[in-house]
Parts: sequence; structure tokens; C-alpha cells
Amino acid sequence: MSQAPVLELRGIHKSFGPVQVLHDVAFSVFPGEVTALVGDNGAGKSTLVKCIGGIYPIDSGEYFFEGEKVQVSGPRDAAGLGVEIVYQDLALCDNLDIVQNMFLGRERRSGLILDEATMEELAARTLDGLAVRTVTSLRQRVSSLSGGQRQTVAIAKAVLWNSKVVILDEPTAALGVAQTAQVLDLVRRLADRGLAVVLISHNMNDVFAVSDRVAALYLGRMAAQVKTSEVTHSQVVELITAGRSGELGLQNGNGATS
Amino acid sequence: MTTTMVPEKGAAGAPALAPHVRDYVERVRGGELGALPAVTGLVVLCAVFSILRPAFLSPINFANLFTQGAAVAVIAMGLIFVLLLGEIDLSAGFASGVCAAVLGVLLTNEGWPWYAAVLAAMATGAAIGLVIGTLVAKLGIPSFVVTLAAFLAFQGVVLLLLKEGTNISIRDQTILAIANKNMAPALGWVCVAAGVLAYAALQVVQARRRTARGLPAVPMSLIAFRVGTLAVISGVAVFLLNLERSRNAVIVSLKGVPIVVPVIVVLLVVLTFVLQRTAYGRHIYAVGGNAEAARRAGIDVDRIRISAFVVCSFMASIGGIIAASRANSVDPNTGGSNVLLFAVGAAVIGGTSLFGGKGRALDALLGGAVVAVIENGMGLMGYTSGVKYAVTGCVLLLAAGVDALSRKRAAATGRR
Repeated sequence: MSQAPVLELRGIHKSFGPVQVLHDVAFSVFPGEVTALVGDNGAGKSTLVKCIGGIYPIDSGEYFFEGEKVQVSGPRDAAGLGVEIVYQDLALCDNLDIVQNMFLGRERRSGLILDEATMEELAARTLDGLAVRTVTSLRQRVSSLSGGQRQTVAIAKAVLWNSKVVILDEPTAALGVAQTAQVLDLVRRLADRGLAVVLISHNMNDVFAVSDRVAALYLGRMAAQVKTSEVTHSQVVELITAGRSGELGLQNGNGATS
Repeated sequence: MTTTMVPEKGAAGAPALAPHVRDYVERVRGGELGALPAVTGLVVLCAVFSILRPAFLSPINFANLFTQGAAVAVIAMGLIFVLLLGEIDLSAGFASGVCAAVLGVLLTNEGWPWYAAVLAAMATGAAIGLVIGTLVAKLGIPSFVVTLAAFLAFQGVVLLLLKEGTNISIRDQTILAIANKNMAPALGWVCVAAGVLAYAALQVVQARRRTARGLPAVPMSLIAFRVGTLAVISGVAVFLLNLERSRNAVIVSLKGVPIVVPVIVVLLVVLTFVLQRTAYGRHIYAVGGNAEAARRAGIDVDRIRISAFVVCSFMASIGGIIAASRANSVDPNTGGSNVLLFAVGAAVIGGTSLFGGKGRALDALLGGAVVAVIENGMGLMGYTSGVKYAVTGCVLLLAAGVDALSRKRAAATGRR
């Protein structure tokens, strides 16, 4: 628990034209832990994630990966470091099967020909490693899968690449009760395997069910990053809605100055 | 030829046939009809025409079907690439006309050797595709509009190339041979045997390898069925094409597989290989299924789009060469009138979706066969072109309707 963070951001600023979306944000992600990233709509969660993933360039600030300062100027740089993002809309192709989706854009080949056998083996091993038992055939089209199964495939796709940090954008938003439990289970197993997991969620139950740390964004500022065990449900809600909760959080809660 | 049929993971031991059959039935019920409507339509049409007009089954007419349908089928195979992306190319017909005109002008008027003229025609096709694809992918003009403009413009280009509508006759023997000459009957049989054996060997080796690695494989019984079907169909076709079809065999013998048939088969194998076995083909399907997902996966979506239009226009150029060979000439109507609509119709009737993401090169051939049979059979029945157009239009509407309905059904059963 006293490990060094695998990913650390310091003093991140990001604005779109005149609108400053992120002010001086610091954010750390630790291996083997689930860090919940919470915040109200428009607090800057998605922007922060896209900055981490290299989709948006950061205006200023420092990006450390495994203790070393790095420059991330595109999605490929982030993927190269081992940072994978599972987007809310999953980004799966319905007309392709599970294996094809998992290797999309990074197909294994022998010469010119796709190496289907190796890809199928690796996909099977990854899903087994995540103890996924809900998928009957790896050659099923994604269109025939349920919401939870799709989420599972999207997550498996992200961990297939020996990634070190997996960021999940509201993975349970569209799921039913049983499927949510399955996905949260999977999220926990990822962390137990030593990955650093960032979970974006609006659902306090999910946050308290799986996370080790909570990072709350408030109007583009990091209000607090605390151990989940040290805060209560209502404190987190206060951090989200007001940016402060007693001693925790921003001292000037409206975020106008710091 | 699909590789999607795989039984449950971990089905140890010898793979069984039953799950495959069950899987197939389930998919058809779920709205994934695949080639089923085209094959059914083909069988029904052939049965009806052979009962009403026995001449339909005569060896000469059977051979005619191939040479008549060849150009449209080849253009349709190229169109599959564009349709897979959910785009359309309305200019493919006249693109083939432009390429045929280039061929005719260079061959007859300029006296180029046939290979140089063919290369120039193909290069023209590729260049047309490059321009259209760039306009669609980089400028973001809808493909419908770009290719509609190209459709009109190419009509004019053909007229300009042909000096306001004169007819250029093709006299080069090599070009004429494509649609007018036949292979020696023995060579036809050798090709069938080699093709069937190669297909069987590929399937068996693939299944063995998968079994050896502990992966679910296609059962031998299914492979035997597939190989058997291929052997029977190609065997019957070659047998019929090898029959004497000259009215006066003493003077001139006319038998053997038309040269255009192996040309089409080679194109089919190459395109199927590209679509099913290479990363490029996989990316075409991915962009057609979910362009945003493909982009996030690091696929250069623009490049895939442009390349699909290049493939389409390139195939159109081959279609144009075949059409020129069959007509012995190039005229302002080459690639015009119904060629494009027949080609789009062939692709859709064969089971390719206009919504993108679904289709195979084989679809173009099956659909092309349906279109050719209608055209040919109605002609034998003595119907006018008016009736032929109306019926072909209805069949296309029917096919698009089947596609839309099966999509609805697939969405309802979660197989969209």
C-alpha cells in the first residue's frame, strides 16, 4: 500500500479556448488498487481521462509513469506505456466476433495471413485469466452478447496487452444488477492481479464496493484524493457536490481561486 | 466458406457436426440469412425457366449465362468493398466504360500492345477510385453525391474519348479471347480437380492444426460436405460447358469453359482471401461495423475508405475490359444503362448489406448469377426489355427488403 504510484500527474492544466476545464490537477494511481474517479457532470473526469490517454494534449503539467517523466502526445504513446482506456460506448464492432474485436488494429500475423489460432489462444487465456465463464464461444459475434458480456470483452481487450493501468469509464452505467456485480467482480480481480485500475463512476455503491481510493473532482480541481476506508458515503457526496467536506477538500469551495 | 462456425469452447475430442448444424439453423432463424435467399432464388428461377423454355438448359445458353453475367459480376465484386463500408459507388458502371474506352482507344487507334493497353485501363480505374475515395474520405462529401457526379461526368468522358459516340471495334485476339474463346475441355477438368483438391487440403490442414493446438475445429464431416458441394457444382458446370454447343460441329467446334470463368474464379479467390485472411480485410469489416471503434483501435479509417474505392474502380476496369471483349467493341453505352444497377443489385441480392459491415465476394457472384438468369431467361421467353427491367427492379427491391427485414429480425433477436 505504500508503493510508489505507477501513474502520477502533477499540476495539470487544460483549457478549450476560453474555458479552463482542468486547474492544477494532481492525480496518482497505484498498482494493485482500484482508484475511483468521481465528480459531477462537467467536473472534468472525461477530460482528465482523455489527457491521460493522450487524446487531448495537456496545456501544462507533468506526467510521470513508473516514476519517470514522460511525454504523451497521442493514444499510441499511452498504449505504448501500458495505459488502456475502456470507453463508455465500448468501441466494439458488432459485426466482428470476440477474438476479432480483442485484436482489432493489432492483429497477429504470420506473413500476410492473419494468425487466427494464436489470437484465439491468447484471447482464451486472457479470458480464463480473468475467470470469465460467461462467454460460451470466442467466435460469437459481439452483436449476440449481453451488455455485461460486452463490457467483459472490452475490459479483456484492454488487459490483453500487458497493460499496467486500465481506465474504465462508467463500466456499469447501462447494466442490470447481476451484470453490474459481475463487472465489479472483474474490476476487483484486475486490481488483485497487480494492475492499477481507475474506475469512473457516478454510483456510490459501486465506488464503495470495489475502490481502495477515491479521487473527487470539483469544477476542474482535484478536491481530494483519499483512502476509501477513511471516508463515508456522505463525505464523498459532499466532495462531489461542494468540493469540500469538513477538513477535506478545497479550502475555497467555489473553485474561483486557490 | 465461412469460418465463423465453431462449436462451444472446450468441446474436447473429435469435433461433432451437430453443433454446427444447430448453430447455422439458429443464425438463419435469427435473421442472418447469408447466401440462402440468393441460392433459393437461383434454384427457383432456373427451375421455372427450364420448365417454360427447355432451351434455357441447352449447353450454348448455359455458356452464354457466364459470358453475359461476367462483367456485372466482376463490377459487383469490387462494389462489395465499398458496400462493406456502408458507402455506395454509383459511378462504377461508367468507370468501367471509361476504362473500356481507354483500352479501345489505345488498342485500336494508337496500336498499343494488349498488355500495355490493359495496364493503362486498370491504372485509369485505380486513379478514378483514388480521386473518388479521397473526395469522400478527406473532404467528407457523401459518397452518394460524389459518385453521382462521377456517374454523370464519366458518361461525358466516354463520349469524349470515343469522339462523340463512334464505335471503336476491338481486333486484338488476346482481348477478344477473354469472353469469346474457351479452354480445352481437358484443361477445364484439370483446373476443377486442382481447385477442389487445393480447397480440401487447405480445409483439412487448417482443421488439423487447430485440433493439434487444442482449439475448436471444423469437423471432418462438415469439411467433406463443403468439399463435396464444391466438387459437384464445379464438376457439373465444367461438364455442361465441355459439351459441344456448336450448331454445326463439323465446321466449327465450340466447347470448353469460357476463359472468362477462370478469370472470375481467380478474382473471387483473391478477393475472398483479402477480405477473410488479411488484416486489411479485417479492417474493412471493422470500419463498416463501427468506424469510431476502428479509429480508436488505431486503424487509419480514411486510408481504408480510399482503398475501398480504389479496389471498386479497379475491379470496374476489369469489368470494362471483359465487356469490351464480349461486345468486340467499345461504344458510348459500354458500362452504361443498367450495368451499375445490375451490379449493385447483384451484390445486394447475394446478401451484402447496404448498411455496411456484412458481405462477401462470393455474394457478388451469386447475385450476379441471379441477375444474369433473369435477364437471359426473360429474353428466351420473348419478353421485351421493358418487362425485363421491371422484373429486375422488383427482384432488387425484394432483395433489399429481405436485407432490411432480416436486420430487423436480427435486431429483435439480439444478433444485429
